[in-house]
Amino acid sequence: MRKFRDIYEKIIVGVLFSSSTITSLTVILIIVFLFKEGIGLFNHAVVDDNHVIAISSQNPVKDLTADKLAKIFNQDYATWQELGGTKDSVKILTTSTLMSIYTEEQLGANGENIPSKVNEYVKAHPGAILFMSKSFLPADFAGREIAVDKISLKKFLTGTHWYPTSSPIPQFGIWAIIMGTLMVTLGAILFAIPLGMATAIYLSEIASMRLRNIVKPIVELLAGIPSVVYGFFGLIVVVPLIQKGFNLDVGETILAGSIILGIMALPTIITVAEDALRTTPRALKEASLALGASEWQTLRKVVIPYAKSGISTAIILGIGRAIGETMAVLMVTGNSSNIPTSFLQPARTIPATIAAELGEAPYGGLHFKALFALAVILFLFTIIINLTVEVIKNKARKQSA
Amino acid sequence: MIQAEAKNINVWYGGFHALKNISMNFNPNTVTAFIGPSGCGKSTFLRLFNRMNDLIPNFRLEGEILLNGQNIYDKGVRLDEIRKQAGMVFQKPNPFPKSIYDNVAYGLRVNGNNNKTELDGIVENALRQAALWDEVKDVLKKSAMELSGGQQQRLCIARALAVQPQLILMDEPASALDPISTARVEELMLELKKNYTIIIVTHNLQQAGRISDYTAFFYLGELVEYNATEKIFLNPEKERTQNYITGRFG
Repeated sequence: MRKFRDIYEKIIVGVLFSSSTITSLTVILIIVFLFKEGIGLFNHAVVDDNHVIAISSQNPVKDLTADKLAKIFNQDYATWQELGGTKDSVKILTTSTLMSIYTEEQLGANGENIPSKVNEYVKAHPGAILFMSKSFLPADFAGREIAVDKISLKKFLTGTHWYPTSSPIPQFGIWAIIMGTLMVTLGAILFAIPLGMATAIYLSEIASMRLRNIVKPIVELLAGIPSVVYGFFGLIVVVPLIQKGFNLDVGETILAGSIILGIMALPTIITVAEDALRTTPRALKEASLALGASEWQTLRKVVIPYAKSGISTAIILGIGRAIGETMAVLMVTGNSSNIPTSFLQPARTIPATIAAELGEAPYGGLHFKALFALAVILFLFTIIINLTVEVIKNKARKQSA
Repeated sequence: MIQAEAKNINVWYGGFHALKNISMNFNPNTVTAFIGPSGCGKSTFLRLFNRMNDLIPNFRLEGEILLNGQNIYDKGVRLDEIRKQAGMVFQKPNPFPKSIYDNVAYGLRVNGNNNKTELDGIVENALRQAALWDEVKDVLKKSAMELSGGQQQRLCIARALAVQPQLILMDEPASALDPISTARVEELMLELKKNYTIIIVTHNLQQAGRISDYTAFFYLGELVEYNATEKIFLNPEKERTQNYITGRFG
């Protein structure tokens, strides 16, 4: 009998141990996967291995950075002069332009004449720049290949252009997206803190027990509404209101995102702050009142200082809720990847970018990896937020001990 | 010098009749002890004198509490004024998580006194009266939470004294303290009654015997007997009092 019990207990311990191990491993696995895919962006050539960018060997221009190349292919330059070269006009040759310059017969039925035609074109046009499959280059190619710089972390973070699908040089600058995320979050917090704190204080200090028992579940219910419903509400109600109210061309703005996110962060802020306020011992409140302090003085000088670590936690958790929210923001902020300068402009946030673009990014490609790198940035944001909460909690624990 | 009086007091918490038709008169510069088994209403009665029961939902009062002839439950009476007249010391030491100085100055500051030199004087005086000054005069900026339990309770007494009350209400002030700290608080009460009128709720009959001049015995919301302490302890009029004092129930 005793032996049976021992075995039974060992099995239970084993089950508990393996469950916690599996959980921890899953979390670690996700993080490792995230970082591995994200870091891949920085070791990867911008132009894939089978393609090549080349210019005529007569072209003296050097130091063609990825930015300049992107502009060239975007037809921002008419001649090479602006880039420190000759007056030759910039002629872009890609597989598709090749098809329009030469007939199918000239190129050969199986494209066997393409290399010689490419050579012919480059010789005839000293201003040519070409982007095509490596196999199209002739053995005696009259031009030189250009090695495109890899993406640096600095350029990734500070770059202002997010054109992940532009060809042949995609641009992955996330500064605008970071700014968009921070501004939407900041707006949400500016909106949610006063409202949330006022509600928390009212519920914990002023409202009658009966009212509190009605209002608190309603507030908590707010947390359970799916975010797509918030987004829908924002799109149908908030966005048109902002558009009319501020007389804008489009109502999908940071402000709309902030309001919706603020509402979504409210339950977190109210619940956590209210719990913190209610932990203030009754004896402290009574001591204050017995000394002739008013309710408001007691609140300001005793209750709030006592609960301040809990209140900070509430606010930071609210920020965390706002910064990671995807769907609602995607629906109401307009998703423009320009750097926002006011709350009445559209913006794009990190989670919205990932959600909107991951489906069309080819698996394992640069765009795909760039989205993972974005996810890593978001992950770091949330880690910083969680660490801050921990630090505040530890500090409070030390203080009360 | 304060005249404190309770007239025909009845208290209800919802449907529960907590205090039944109690009238009492308190002599200035004395210590009056309330004794009785748990739930007999003695704390409720004590808390009428600074209107702390107002915080409890469903609290209802009939009768009058007169301080210097004024009914403190009259409409138009300012709560903060009432509460300044009656300082309160609670069962467990409950200093604010602030410095020792800020604790004592709290009552003055919330009443609008921010004059540094004046505060310094009153804080020192209050701490001296509470027999704590010599122990804390060099560490006034230290958090009150770092003091021992007995020191914290004397700090709470100093905090109550700083607003210059006339009546001091003590709700089992020594129940959470060790015997030595208890002895110090008791000494302090005997010292304080020279200038204040003190009402103390206690479960400790010996304590009531040691420090009080008058004793009131409460039972099930009624005032059974109220008399000079010696009389209550040596020769009570009611049998119920006798039974309680001798430990036959309670």
